Amino acid sequence: MNASLTAGLGLKPEHFDAALSCRVPGLWFEVHPENYLVDGGPRLRWLEAVRGSHAVSLHGVSLSLAGDAAPDAAHLQRLAALVKRIEPALVSEHLAWSAWGDQHYPDLLPFPRTTEALQRIVANIERTQAALGRSIAIENPSHYLHIEQHAWDEIDFLTELTRRTGCSLLLDVNNVHVSASNLGFSAEAYLDRFPASNVAEIHLAGHTPDPTLGAAMLIDSHDAPVAPVVWALYQRLVERIGARPTLIERDGNVPAFEEILAERNVAAAVLQQCDATAEQVAA
Amino acid sequence: MNTAASSLGEFQQAFATALFEDKAQDASPIASLLQQPAFAIYRNTVRKACIDALEANYPAVARLVGVEWFRAAAAVHVAVTPPRDARLMHYGAGFADFLAGFGPAASLTYLPDVARLDRFWTEAHIAADAEMLDGSALASLPPEQLGTRVLILHPAARWAWFDEAPIHTIWRSNREGDGDTGDIDWHGEGSLLTRPQDSVCWCELDRADVAFLDACAAGLSLGDAAAAALSVQADVDLSQLLAKLLRAGAFAGIH
Repeated sequence: MNASLTAGLGLKPEHFDAALSCRVPGLWFEVHPENYLVDGGPRLRWLEAVRGSHAVSLHGVSLSLAGDAAPDAAHLQRLAALVKRIEPALVSEHLAWSAWGDQHYPDLLPFPRTTEALQRIVANIERTQAALGRSIAIENPSHYLHIEQHAWDEIDFLTELTRRTGCSLLLDVNNVHVSASNLGFSAEAYLDRFPASNVAEIHLAGHTPDPTLGAAMLIDSHDAPVAPVVWALYQRLVERIGARPTLIERDGNVPAFEEILAERNVAAAVLQQCDATAEQVAA
Repeated sequence: MNTAASSLGEFQQAFATALFEDKAQDASPIASLLQQPAFAIYRNTVRKACIDALEANYPAVARLVGVEWFRAAAAVHVAVTPPRDARLMHYGAGFADFLAGFGPAASLTYLPDVARLDRFWTEAHIAADAEMLDGSALASLPPEQLGTRVLILHPAARWAWFDEAPIHTIWRSNREGDGDTGDIDWHGEGSLLTRPQDSVCWCELDRADVAFLDACAAGLSLGDAAAAALSVQADVDLSQLLAKLLRAGAFAGIH
């Protein structure tokens, strides 16, 4: 099924009607399941309507897989019910935490990549996959802080998670650029090392300089078009690993549907060109 | 490697604490993180997401007091009561009570009740689905049996009586209109929110309507609910009262 997905869009409520009637081939939509974990009402009706005409991906932001605790059982149960109801093409989460004790911190928070953390996250992914009855994809986060306690390289850490749990990876190219810029490593070198066979999905989004720290600190803000430098990294990645379902995320300064659809079509063209090249090579 | 810092849980405890406290933690596993200017990004993102959620969930309150005042008040609430649920549309269940005890809002006596109606809107929006009881279902019952039957409330129905102020009018004008309540008649009002066709709707209630709905919610029979309505308003037209509540979609069934 995923082979038929080309480029997709993060679905915003203000675009529901336009999204529902848009029949561009290969178009799919991604939503945060947290906004649909409700007892009833119009949200589920909207999502089911979109699912009736398009493939949908559920991209979670709150399972807190890197938290030193099991995922919230009630939340996981609600997520499993939504997965059953929507039958999403993909389910993904982040290599991050967002809950501690009985409180929730709505962000994707960093942690030291230690073997202890690896074991905890493996257990949390396994618990999640068992509850959902399917494998999930794990996304590389954006980094802002130098954490001296890291014992694992991020790519090695992600690769070990796929090996131990059977999860796949969601590679966010904008996050790689933001992290590389903020922490001072090469985004190209990172992407060139990323394990191609595990990439189930690619994310693209816009970023902005921090309002107080300036260009030295980029924020993964999702409130601007994808930057040229990120498009170049994406092109380079797809040329190496081949076409993968690719999503444009936009959460702030949301433009008209046609405008982000045009941005999505740029990604679709990159994927199509990649497929054409692969066919030529095969011929 | 620092062994204390190798504990994931200790790291997260210190990190979570620092998100809402600006003071340094010298001996903490995150001491070196707090020295980096970028730690402020996490503080700002978490706080902003919580404040944004409250602003989205309490639009009539925000409109009444202005966005700047609202966000300053919300920041105080967020620091004391961060979300306990990953679903941010559920966030702010205690916001009305917070406003009731919030010193700078003391002169805005109607503000907590306006917040209660904003909260009702969210609850009605996400409540479980159920068919709406049709008036014809009642008409088909033998009249002599009606009094002993019990009306079942729709899961999305929310209502309240506000004795001190025209809360429904204030809320409605700030939720749907321009917020203009210039020639408002200052009297007690009731309010009902329902979700008849998947969209949340609202109508003003009088005392008898509220007494009737309260009685139904308590599991009392239609006859007892009618008596409750009459006890607060002796001249109430019961058939009109029932027709209005049925039309609004307040009920899901009858036992």
